[in-house]
Amino acid sequence: MNEIWYQFKKNKIALFGLGMTVMFIIFAILAPLIAPYDPYEMSTSDSLAGPSLAHLMGTDQFGRDILSRIIYGTRISLQVGIISVGISLVLGTLIGLVAAYYGRWVDMVLSRFTDVLFSFPDILLALVIMAILGPSLTNLMIAIGIVYTPIFARIARGAVLSIKSSLYIDAAKSMGVSNRKIMWKHILPNSMAPLIVQVTLSFAFAILAEAALSFLGLGVSPDTPSWGIMLSEGKNWMETAWWIAVFPGIAITLAVFSFNVMGDGLRDALDPKLKNESS
Amino acid sequence: MIAYIIRRLLIAIPVLFGISLIAFFMVRLVPGDTVTAMLGNSYTPEQAEALRAQYGLDEPIITQYILWLTNVLQGDFGFSHFTNTPVLEAILLRLPVTIELALLSVVIAVILAIPLGTIAALKRNSKFDYGASLFGMLGISIPNFWLGTLMILFFSLWAGWFPSGGFVGLYESVWGNLQSMILPAIALGTAVGAVAMRMTRSSMLEVTNQDYIKMARAKGVSSRRLITKHALKNALVPVVTVLGIQTGYLLGGSVVVEQIFGLPGVGQLALQAITNRDYALLQGTILFIASAFVIVNLIVDIIYGFLNPQIRY
Amino acid sequence: MADNILEVRDLKTHFHTNDGVVKAVDGVDLHVEKGEILAIVGESGCGKSVTSQSIMRLIGAKSSEKVSGEILYHGEDLLSKTEKEMRQIRGKDMSMVFQDPMTSLNPAYKVGTQIAEMPIIHEKKDKKSSWKRAIDMLTKVGIPSPEKRASQYPHQFSGGMRQRGVVAMSLACDPDLIIADEPTTALDVTIQAQVLDLLRKLRDDTGTAIMMITHDLGVVAELCDRVAVMYAGKIVEEGTVADIFDNPQHPYTQGLIHSLPKPGSRERLKPIEGQPPNLHNLPEGCRFQDRCPFVMDVCREKQPELVPADKQDHQAACWLMGEEENDGDGRTGESEEPEKTF
Repeated sequence: MNEIWYQFKKNKIALFGLGMTVMFIIFAILAPLIAPYDPYEMSTSDSLAGPSLAHLMGTDQFGRDILSRIIYGTRISLQVGIISVGISLVLGTLIGLVAAYYGRWVDMVLSRFTDVLFSFPDILLALVIMAILGPSLTNLMIAIGIVYTPIFARIARGAVLSIKSSLYIDAAKSMGVSNRKIMWKHILPNSMAPLIVQVTLSFAFAILAEAALSFLGLGVSPDTPSWGIMLSEGKNWMETAWWIAVFPGIAITLAVFSFNVMGDGLRDALDPKLKNESS
Repeated sequence: MIAYIIRRLLIAIPVLFGISLIAFFMVRLVPGDTVTAMLGNSYTPEQAEALRAQYGLDEPIITQYILWLTNVLQGDFGFSHFTNTPVLEAILLRLPVTIELALLSVVIAVILAIPLGTIAALKRNSKFDYGASLFGMLGISIPNFWLGTLMILFFSLWAGWFPSGGFVGLYESVWGNLQSMILPAIALGTAVGAVAMRMTRSSMLEVTNQDYIKMARAKGVSSRRLITKHALKNALVPVVTVLGIQTGYLLGGSVVVEQIFGLPGVGQLALQAITNRDYALLQGTILFIASAFVIVNLIVDIIYGFLNPQIRY
Repeated sequence: MADNILEVRDLKTHFHTNDGVVKAVDGVDLHVEKGEILAIVGESGCGKSVTSQSIMRLIGAKSSEKVSGEILYHGEDLLSKTEKEMRQIRGKDMSMVFQDPMTSLNPAYKVGTQIAEMPIIHEKKDKKSSWKRAIDMLTKVGIPSPEKRASQYPHQFSGGMRQRGVVAMSLACDPDLIIADEPTTALDVTIQAQVLDLLRKLRDDTGTAIMMITHDLGVVAELCDRVAVMYAGKIVEEGTVADIFDNPQHPYTQGLIHSLPKPGSRERLKPIEGQPPNLHNLPEGCRFQDRCPFVMDVCREKQPELVPADKQDHQAACWLMGEEENDGDGRTGESEEPEKTF
């Protein structure tokens, strides 16, 4: 663990990503304390006001404070990230573990299934699932969770297959350890590193997907302070009030960037370890 | 080589079959059905029954699927009540726009990615390398719909260089068409370019550590020839694969980008099929897009075979 | 001596890493005479490959790599050449054969194309005559049906054939010197013998000198004329094959010889105990001190230099030699230049 942190620390840009992530988490938790205004409060007199000292990032067409909505937006983005990635992780790892461990036709069927799901562009698949489930935040998280399941299944399957053939699993088997116990006690902990990296990267994807779906009007309800919704609304006011679309976009990019560089840094930090395991 | 292509084709068939299954049944899960969407708000149950019978919707769902698939294999994707044309016709009408957008995006991505990635690898840990890395990361992180919006703001609204939307067909005016396509292609291509650049860089780093590169240097090959002849051909193999996988992103991203720029492509059609509850059209577009992904990857596999002679046999 | 193709004087190749300086080669002197086969022998990590790559200037371009000393090729110092001048020499005058034939051919190009590249870049020949040269070369190294083989890719060749292909490539421009870096290590024993035969035959036919980097004393005995034994970045003994095998002077050489199985002998093999020193952190004095059965106080204080042993062209760097010839005065090597045999 210390060694991983030592490696990770050397990567300044990954460290920046970590710092930003911590900041986003603090924003999400302390949103009511930090946000200067109520994100839902409308004010006709303040509508479409440009950035000023009173409203650092200006206001939207309803006079809502953009900064406050962005701060509250971290809650939506992080929530979507955590829950949808959680769904993909649990579902995908389970599918991958079962496929790799039991092999034969089980593996055949599950692997083909993930291959097929993989062939659907993520946004399109999420759109159709949203059409089935109906627009709501919960359904959005389920849809994104399903869309990113195959990649976890693939990683888990690959990791398990490489470990499964190694000696210590044979040793455990020969000592009569049960299948389930082998899976939980030996294989899963050793498949952790690539999964952790993927979790971080998927977090970035999930935030992007939520914004894209909300942008297309098939995500969360329009008054929610979601970055995607804000962007989508702001697009219509581009000519008169650029700030409505520009600031939420910066927020999305920054959040996604942070998770991406963190994932990259983690991968580099874990990589030597991965190599040791496979040899 | 022929055997290799046939083998690839055989692998693709079950996947295509699975795609048809998911495209059909997933769309059937969407609440409401074609009939209610077609009839609007006021209709009698008898009318609905009659229409259902007409479209075969009263049959068991498996029968319906088999019927649908048989028709699809014969080129009949059903009728779209939204566009009021056969589904295939509606798709084929919009396909050129999406293909042009995707190709243009890939061209932009490749023009950007391969030189940048190669130079970054050769000047490892230099300022250029760090700059390229930062660009790569930003390119992946920036949402294409925001990039599109920003470009409209800067280049169309403020600078007035490009139209802020609307589509000009290639046959109407080549220049006008290019003007209406270039911003969407950049919005879509940036992320692909970023991914491909990162891949080029890491693949180039790996290749330049290979013995055959050392051997080529020992042969007295000049550094330019070393890179362009000896290293690049090998380094591009994984890049091509990544580009193939990025097709999925391109097709999905086209849904969003076509919407922003008002391009009448397949992505926009899929979105319209969803919002107008046109199920035959939705099934058709999904099937089309997912199959396109599989087919592009098939092509990529074949290109791969050309780049890497070992794989052919 | 005018017959020296290559003379290396006090070659040092140091790598600057985050963990300090690695002195991979630290003051090597050697020479290669016209048409001879010189073996450089040592354990892996002793710096023999780095020496060969430093000579070709394949190492030294990066800021972390420092190569110093003199590398005289026909009397001209290669270290003062520009990269462009070096490119003219590489492949044309001096060429290389690497250890692993599986990886030293480019998988993306036909074998013939890779051989034909040599005359194309060095002699400005056209494609057609170069291709013909490639086929000639494949014939020369004993590859059957060379026309067909030339248009095949490396993965269609077996390991031994690939190494023949690499040898064909290195010979394509008729070099004076071939540096072969463990050319047979990755091959099966029977194939090894074939490749060694090939190298000897080529030397006999063309008069090309060969610098043979190997850890295999069997290869040395079979193929080479002279031997330089390397240990931890330095040459510790140098002489003819007969000198080294029959009358090894340095305890390390003696150890190497003793660890060889002798046909018909029931004597137990005696491996050299211990590990070579860490190149990050070399000990004071002789680098072999910790493994040497005859270690003395002086060995821990000062590095011995190469001095002639029983005859002028057989040298060893060991204080034991001082014992015998200089009457125990361990200071002889301190400031003196090591004696040269040429």
